Parts: sequence; structure tokens; C-alpha cells
Amino acid sequence: MEKTLNQKAWFLVLPVFLLVAFSAVIPLMTVVNYSLQDTFGNNKFFWAGLEWYTELLHSERLWSAFGRQIIFSAIILAIEVPLGVFVALNMPKKGVWASLSLVLMALPLLIPWNVVGTIWQIFGRVDIGLLGHTLAALGIDYNYTRDPLAAWVTIITMDVWHWTSLVALLSYAGLQSIPEAYYQAAKIDQASRWSVFWFIELPKMQGVLMIAILIRFMDSFMIYTEPFVVTGGGPGNATTFLSIDLVKMALGQFDLGPAAAFSLMYFLVVMLVSWVFYTVMTNLDKKAGY
Amino acid sequence: MGWMAWTLPTAIFFAVIGALLLIMSVLAIRYPETPRMGILRMETTRGDRLFITLLGSAFICLAWLGLVGENLWWALGICFVYALAVFRWV
Repeated sequence: MEKTLNQKAWFLVLPVFLLVAFSAVIPLMTVVNYSLQDTFGNNKFFWAGLEWYTELLHSERLWSAFGRQIIFSAIILAIEVPLGVFVALNMPKKGVWASLSLVLMALPLLIPWNVVGTIWQIFGRVDIGLLGHTLAALGIDYNYTRDPLAAWVTIITMDVWHWTSLVALLSYAGLQSIPEAYYQAAKIDQASRWSVFWFIELPKMQGVLMIAILIRFMDSFMIYTEPFVVTGGGPGNATTFLSIDLVKMALGQFDLGPAAAFSLMYFLVVMLVSWVFYTVMTNLDKKAGY
Repeated sequence: MGWMAWTLPTAIFFAVIGALLLIMSVLAIRYPETPRMGILRMETTRGDRLFITLLGSAFICLAWLGLVGENLWWALGICFVYALAVFRWV
């Protein structure tokens, strides 16, 4: 039978194409246009050339927000990935406890980000919050509104609480897909628990872990709502991450030009990292023969 | 279109990118290709190489702006050399 060859299927892609055009491409083009101009409102623009880019590339404010962002993402990845794997390894494999633990693990993921922020904002307060009050009663000087270290600890703990279950659930899915035969072979070889983890479980989880790291990196790199609700970027600028700084610039100061240039540079970094992860992931899949 | 704040330079910029995508699509239909392995030890198609070129060029221009100055024509020259290298070896 001869195969019919036509290009009509492209029409099926048209709705998505239109949707992406209006939700991403056209706004992105507008941001590029803004980034080279200045405005004082009223939709009137004046050509500024590369001024905003030059200014921002030499701006202490941008580089320190970028530094804080990298440190934040690195810390939460360093905690959440091993912790998530550890939790997944210790979750029940079958039966009613397995279902129960899956539901419990999924719970934090269902809570909206601003609610998570509010929960931790109250939880950490010294006057009425359980955590803040308890720590104060123990004689520990903890106040996230004036101590940068306390603010960082609160935000990192909050993120770990909120997102470790995502890594755990993904790792759990990876672990469940390992055939029993591998464990039996390891048993015959009298492999230690560590060897089973290192030579069987970890390599088999590589794909899902890569996805977990990518998702957590992207999310943490764009984090806005939770730190904004808890600390508002403070004390001082201690927890002002890139997106908080960007919103301050765009909406607080209404500096549309610099904010547009800022967001494009931010976008480029996100795109670069996503591309690296995507490439590594697809190469891993190819090696694994999917 | 007034709200998009178009200017001639940005219009040219997007027209060039649009034209590149169009040319690559026509090339892909007229001369289908198989991915090849380059110096990055990964398979790339022409489209991948264009993406690497455009993304890398953006960073080259930003680095030039930050480290040297506003005359981006030199950076554009480096971008062309970089593009040739990517299409030849990556």
C-alpha cells in the first residue's frame, strides 16, 4: 500500500502556534523593543540604544541579585536532591502504606505558593509563630525580619519543605521501574546495601533525577512568590532574588527599559541552562536506548 | 501595533531571525539531513547548530558590552566567526 503524503497535519499545529505566538513570542518581541528604549508612560518611547544593557552589566545590584540566586539554587539542589532520594529509598514499596505515603508526599505540592509563603511567614514569627516562638524560648536569637541568616534559613527550609517531595516522588517512580531481577542478582553476588544503591538504583534513577534537577533548578531560579511573601526581599536586600529585583524595577520603579533588558538577560541564562540540561537528558536517553 | 513600541533596528533584527528560520525550514525540506556527531560529542542537526549559534552570539554580544564597550560591530564579527566554527565543527 502506498503511503499518502501530504502536509495537512500542520493545520492541527496551528492552534498551538497561535497560542504560543500570543502568550510568548509577541510579548517577548515587545520586551526586546522596550529594552532599547525609554518611556515616561503614556505609551511614548524614546530610543536609548544599548544604554540599559551597559548600565545593567556594570550594575552592582544585578550582579549581587544574580549571585544570591545562584547560591540559593545551589543550596536547595544540594539539600533537596539527596534528601528526596533518601526519602524515596525509605518509602514503602507496596501495600496501603505505599499509597498513604504517596498521598502525604504529594500534599505540600498541592499548596499554592503564596499560601506556603504565608504559612512560613506566620510559623517563623517570634510573637505568634510556633517555630519563631519556640526558638526564642530556647534562647536562640532568631528573627527573619532583621537577621539575614535567619531569613535565608527560613526561606531555604520553606523551599525544602515544599519541594523535596517532588524529587522524592520522581525518584520513587524511578526506583519502582527497576526489575526485581537486578536485586536478585545483587543478592546472589552478596552486594552491600551501598553497592546496590550505587551500581543499580542510582544509574537507573539517572533519567528521572535529571528531570528533577532541571525542574527544581528552573523553579528555584525563577522563585518569586514565597520569598516575597515571607521576607519581601529583606532584611535590606538579603533575600532579593532576580525575579524580586526585576518586579521591583518594572512595577515598583516603572523602569520599563532597564527591566526589559534585565529580563532578557535573565531569559538568556534560563535558556542556556535549559538547553544544557535538555541536551544532557536526550543524550542519556539515547545511550539508554529509549 | 503601537503598543509593541517597534523600532527599525528591532524590526530588522526579528526579520533576520525570521528569515534564518525560513531558510533553514526550506533547506530541511529540500535537502533532508541526518544528525552528525561534532566536537561536543553529541548529535546535532542544522537547526541545533543555528540555535547554538544564536544563543552563543547573544552571550558574545553581552560579554562585549560588559567588558569592552558599546561598539557591537566587532562583536558581530566575532559572532560570524563563531557561527562558522559551530556550523563546521559542532
